[in-house]
Amino acid sequence: MSNATNENLVNLAAARAEPGQTTELGATIGDVRSKNPFVVAENVDVYYGDNHAIRNVTLEIGKQEVIALIGPSGCGKSTFLRCLNRMNDSIESARVSGTILLDGQDIYSRNLDPVALRARVGMVFQKPNPFPKSIYDNVAYGPRIHGLAADRAELDQIVRTSLERAGLWDEVKDRLDDAGTGLSGGQQQRLCIARTIAVGPEVILMDEPCSALDPIATARIEDLIDELSEDYAIVVVTHSMQQAARVSKRVAYFHLGTLVEVDETDRIFTNPRHKLTEDYITGRIG
Amino acid sequence: MENTTLILTVCLLGVAGFYLGRSRSLSVVGGFAAARNLHSLPGYYGYFTAIWCLLPALAVLTLWFVLEPRVVMALLVDSLPQAQQDLPPGQLNLLLNNVRNFAAGSAIGGETNQVLTDAAAVYLQLQARSRLLLTGLVLACAVLGGVIAWRRIHPEFRARNRVEGIVMLLLVAASSIAIFTTIGIVLSVLFEAVRFFGEVPISDFLFGTNWSPQTAIRADQVGSSGSFGAIPLFTGTLLITGIAMLVAVPVGLMTAIYLAEYSSRGVREIAKPLLELLAGIPTVVYGFFAALTIAPWVRRTGESLGFEVASESALAAGLVMGIMIIPLVSSLADDAIKAVPGSMRDGALGLGSTRSEAMTKVILPAALPGIVGGILLAVSRAIGETMIVVMAAGLAANLTANPFAAVTTVTVQIVTLLVGDQEFDSAKTLAAFALGLILFIVTLILNMAGLRVVRKYREQYE
Ligand SMILES: Nc1ncnc2c1ncn2[C@@H]1O[C@H](COP(=O)(O)OP(=O)(O)O)[C@@H](O)[C@H]1O
Ligand SMILES: [Mg+2]
Repeated sequence: MSNATNENLVNLAAARAEPGQTTELGATIGDVRSKNPFVVAENVDVYYGDNHAIRNVTLEIGKQEVIALIGPSGCGKSTFLRCLNRMNDSIESARVSGTILLDGQDIYSRNLDPVALRARVGMVFQKPNPFPKSIYDNVAYGPRIHGLAADRAELDQIVRTSLERAGLWDEVKDRLDDAGTGLSGGQQQRLCIARTIAVGPEVILMDEPCSALDPIATARIEDLIDELSEDYAIVVVTHSMQQAARVSKRVAYFHLGTLVEVDETDRIFTNPRHKLTEDYITGRIG
Repeated sequence: MENTTLILTVCLLGVAGFYLGRSRSLSVVGGFAAARNLHSLPGYYGYFTAIWCLLPALAVLTLWFVLEPRVVMALLVDSLPQAQQDLPPGQLNLLLNNVRNFAAGSAIGGETNQVLTDAAAVYLQLQARSRLLLTGLVLACAVLGGVIAWRRIHPEFRARNRVEGIVMLLLVAASSIAIFTTIGIVLSVLFEAVRFFGEVPISDFLFGTNWSPQTAIRADQVGSSGSFGAIPLFTGTLLITGIAMLVAVPVGLMTAIYLAEYSSRGVREIAKPLLELLAGIPTVVYGFFAALTIAPWVRRTGESLGFEVASESALAAGLVMGIMIIPLVSSLADDAIKAVPGSMRDGALGLGSTRSEAMTKVILPAALPGIVGGILLAVSRAIGETMIVVMAAGLAANLTANPFAAVTTVTVQIVTLLVGDQEFDSAKTLAAFALGLILFIVTLILNMAGLRVVRKYREQYE
């Protein structure tokens, strides 16, 4: 979306604003703090070359909390998500400033190894991306490279529990040696989730995990997110209001790289305080 | 008219036809303003007329070139006295040759006589008549074709469709040239090889271990009868190809990995064109590099290590051939690595792999089929390579696996069998075709396998 159209949208929103609603793009509205913070982003800015993609975002994510990031495409949801496990490192033009703490530890500090960080902050991608290996090897990949299992029996156990947690075990237990790429789209995405869980992360990042799936597969993933939230902090980017409403406890609305509004899910959907948030969740901007 | 003048004239007629056709199309429809009422753009009517000017005339011209000499010769023979007509074919041919040379004014062997001068006169007359006939016929065809096309022009006439149809036929003809040439080459090699196998049993050729193709050329010559066991050539080819692949595969693969995954953009922008430059060096240059630089170096190094090294060695040729193939391997491997979707890499990194773990455990295995296909293509390239081996590996058909010895390859033997004055039906020259056939079959299989693997693997991710 070009800047001009975005400005028009802001102006449009201003023209239609109801009394009591803000229309400015300034400080974030709502409570960016969490009661039990685990991931803390303070004044984060991200640039891609000259493109200022994330503008001064502060947000806390709690333990055992699902937070949904919503907003029009290009607003920086994926960029913010990738800051949290330093996947932006491999994009040459990307530059991140500000601080991000994981359990009190600065993840951008010099003496932190991004490889070790990514074992703690797992990621599930938009398009299911199982490796061209067997189902077993897909799940065993992470434990193997991190040396999590002492012997084959222990590895088998990790693979089994991960697949069970991802709700895939019953469907694949008889064909663990088949290619992971041969599964259906929804199964592939659950395999990717199992693969992520197998490493034993503390946070799971999901970037539109259902956008390539049919409604039934989507429902299964949503149930899964719900179950997983007992053990992990989960950040999920989504385009679907229903999904955000179903799975998340809090919702953060991004616009043009700015974090516009954060609130409890029920509150933000029933009573958005920023005009742009309202326009987005009622479908006037998309 | 001379041939060139004739062709030029026909072309001019074609150009004229273009303008006439175009202006007629405009005039039948009533001027520029009404050009919209024409079925096609006016230019197409011009092309249509021009094509009908050119095609029949050029067709007649080609046909004439093919048939004319035979017809003239037949008429000439008819004009000879009965005694000469009854000569055996060999002598008759000699006579006809003499007639032609005499007519052209050049010196001929043997004395001139009445028959000869008469025949020469007849020949000249026939030629002049043929020339006149040809000129008339071609020009008539051009004009007639043009006029017929010109008269067919009316507003509803679908000139564009006609022109496009003819253009398409031309394209088909052009592309079939390559196909028919290939078929022709294969057939000729096949036939000559079959003739060779008539003289030398195929099992002797394929499984014999002694290669010395010198046969006695004259019956009274003392010399070997030739022995055509091709095993030493096969092993020599295999040895050199093996050495080349030992160099090219690891180096090319590591280059590709570095360029695809680790290098900065700046390095890539310099290194890629340089590699392509390496691929563009003529192999003969590699050849003298091998013969003058590498071979002596291999010899010196080998001898200082206590090996006995021939001045031309398989090792020198293999090393240089390996260097020559590096760009091929690295660019095909690079393609294969690039074809692995970025999401695989992201997935691996997202699980906490280091870059090298992502490369060795996920990306390379995923790219492996493409890489294998690329290596097969490279092997086939190495087997077919000639220049380097001619210059650096020697001609001695030794049956050995020693890389310091001189060996020879299939391609080198083909060259040496056919270089110089040869009788084209001795077993010696025919052997070259048999070797060519083997070479063709092996590289064809390798190429097909390689391309198949590469293509299948591409589809997997699309
Ligand atoms: N790899 C990249 N290189 C350069 N610019 C990027 C890259 N990824 C995203 N951007 C830019 O950053 C902005 C935010 O993109 P993104 O985070 O993908 O948005 P979202 O996920 O909300 O759709 C966009 O303007 C986009 O063009
Ligand atoms: Mg995105």
